[in-house]
Order: sequence, then structure tokens, then C-alpha cells
Amino acid sequence: MTSIAHHIPDHLLQAYVAGSLNYSMDMVIAAHVSMCDECRSRLAAHECAGGAVLEETRSVGVSGSMRANVLEALDAPCSTRAPRRASGVFPAPVMEALSGQPPKWQKMGAGVRQSVLHADKAGSVRLLYIPGGQAVPDHGHHGLELTLVLQGAFADEGGRFGVGDVEVADDSVEHTPIAEMGPACICLAATEGSLKFNALIPRLLQPFLRI
Amino acid sequence: MMTFELDYASDEEQAEHTPLERVLRTNRAARHVTSEPTKEYSLETQWMIAVRDQRDKDAYLQLFDHFAPRLKGYLMKSGMSDAQAEDIVQDAMLSVWRKAHLFDPHRAAVSSWVYQIAKNRQIDVIRKERRPVPEELRQPEETDEDASQIVGLEQELGKLRDALQTLSPDQRQMIEHAYLGELSHKDIQEKTGLPLGTIKSRIRLGLTRLRHELKGLNRS
Repeated sequence: MTSIAHHIPDHLLQAYVAGSLNYSMDMVIAAHVSMCDECRSRLAAHECAGGAVLEETRSVGVSGSMRANVLEALDAPCSTRAPRRASGVFPAPVMEALSGQPPKWQKMGAGVRQSVLHADKAGSVRLLYIPGGQAVPDHGHHGLELTLVLQGAFADEGGRFGVGDVEVADDSVEHTPIAEMGPACICLAATEGSLKFNALIPRLLQPFLRI
Repeated sequence: MMTFELDYASDEEQAEHTPLERVLRTNRAARHVTSEPTKEYSLETQWMIAVRDQRDKDAYLQLFDHFAPRLKGYLMKSGMSDAQAEDIVQDAMLSVWRKAHLFDPHRAAVSSWVYQIAKNRQIDVIRKERRPVPEELRQPEETDEDASQIVGLEQELGKLRDALQTLSPDQRQMIEHAYLGELSHKDIQEKTGLPLGTIKSRIRLGLTRLRHELKGLNRS
């Protein structure tokens, strides 16, 4: 936990706390914070600022019936499922998205595999499995891209990224991440925008993807 | 268009109570205020600890009446209808009761904790799916309070609130926009920023303390 060198930048933590990112970015940030006490503390500091704004917000009276409903519900049995815990290399928010099951990997060639956890108009987030020495596929590069290492390591122009490190890139950065030799590198990667890369088109894209 | 002026909410603007309830609440509130071991904490923190440790419904009512109207105001400011806002306030305030065992005053203020519960609920409702959240850290069932740490964090929060009030109206509005969730991450990067370093360091201490306690529990 102390060896994390690449953290979530402050403006993204603030945006997470304020809820202005998308599901995919939320996933990577929640996963990193689950692994990193430094970012957990910074996130909580932003929550304090959010709380301070809340305290200064003008009150609007709530209905008596809602208040009564809440008071009545205090003693009612509550059947919420306990949140999932981290398992193996996968942090709790990833286990939540996997519904507690192992990832369903999809082969992409050259030993590289992916498992899409979520995709919508705003963005997508997937697990990537890259054998040591292989290039990390370019997963549709427009807008913000966050890549969190869960196992192994990769290196590129931005430095070396080991377990817990997160690389923040956007379309202005040209980077070619290569997985370190040794155990396969497993990453959680989120991109903005619609899903560019899926099972139907990898063949066409392969020249771009360097796989 | 929505407006973003900061108003100082008065506690009168709250749900109506019966006269009897009001008398009961006043008496019980007095008891909490004078309770010996925690009197140096803010009222909100005292109420929350009473809810967490004693499942104290009177203390919960105090919390409800403090936070529910502010949450509703906050949610309506962010563009939600009265009915939508009420639904989220209801769910969030119930979570405050049900998740009370996770509240750790060494690393969170009640206001920040409530803010995040409501924010997460708001996003779940808007997206119609559960938002990814960091893994909750386990709280030991029995733990000694480090009053100086709790008071220290509260003092830093007081300074933060003072800092918010000394900002120019434009700056303050920008901070409000940001924490209402109305700025993109790019805008946040360019336009906002609050001095949060000391608060972060305080919370980090609280977290280190918790890690240490959990380690002790695992060993025993």
C-alpha cells in the first residue's frame, strides 16, 4: 500500500465526490481509493468541503409525511445485501461489477484478453490481461483515460506503473504501454466516449492497436 | 435558471412538530449537550455517536431535523423536483441510521458523511444503477475515542467554513457549482480549489489510527 507512486489527480477526486464523472471513471477511482489510503484521505477532504457547502445551503422544509415515514422505517427490518469485499487482485468495486464471479475473458489475440465491465454512451470500463512483454492495446483513445494496475506492471513514456498505480492520459498524450516481463499485467481501464473497441471490429483495428 | 446565493439556513425552517414532541426533544437535546464524555464535540457529532452507539432515536431526530431540510435544499438547487428531492432525502436519511456503525469521527465530519451518502443516492437514482464506491473500511466494534483527533478535525472544518465565507461571491459560487456536480472535471481543474491540505492530513491520521486498531484486532 505504501509503494503507490501514481495517484488520482486532485481535480478528478473532487469531480468524483461531486458526482460529475461517469460510471466508468467512478469505477477506476473507487478501485484506486480502495487500495490507497493517501487518496482515501484526499477524497474524504473533498467530502468535507462538500459537507461544508451542504451546511451553508438554504433549507427547504420537508413534508411531515416523509419525516413520519422515515421514523417508522427505523425499526423495520432492513434486507440490504452486505457490500462485496476485494477478492484476489480485484478491489471491492470491481467484485461488485463482476457480481462476485471471476471475469469472463474475451480473447483479443497475442494472449491479450479483455473483460468489459460496463459500457454506455458516456464511457466504458474493462479489465485487460496482458502477458509480460506485450503491448497494452489502445482501448479507444478519445478524451480522458484512466488505467489502474491490479497485477504486474507496465511502463511507457509516463514512467513505470505497478500495482495500485493509475495512469491518467487524454488524447493529447501519445503513449505505448508495454507490460513488464514476468507475471501477466492485469489493468482496470476506463475511457470516455462510446465503446470503440468491441468483439466485432478488432480485426480492422489491429494495425492501430499493435496487437 | 437556478440561483446559487448562499443563505444561512435557520433551524426554524423545518418540519412541523407537535408541541409535546417539541418539549420532549428540547429536554432530550439538553441531556445530550451536557453528557460528560463528548461535550467538546459539535452537536452533530454527539448526535451521530449516540445514534451509532446507543441507537438513540431522539438524537436521530435531531440529525434528521438538521440535515433533511438542507439536503432537500441542496438537491433542489441541483435541479431536482420537490418530489425527487424528498425521495432521495428519505433514502439518504434512512441510510444514516442503518449505516451508523460505519461512522468514524476521527476521519469524517457528520456533514461530509451525510453529503456523500446523499450524493451517492442521487447518482444511483439518476443513473438507475449503483454507483461504484470505494470499499468501506471495517470499524472495530469497541474502540476508544481520541478526543483530540476528533476535535482537531472539527476545528479544521470550522476554518474551512470560515474560508468559504471570506471568498468573493464569484469564487464561492464556483465552489458551490463544483460540489453540486455542475462542473466538468476540466472546469474543476481550471477554476476551483480550496485549501484542504490540513484537513487531509488530519483524516490521514484518523485512517492510520484505524488501520492500527484493525491490525491489533486481527492479531488478538
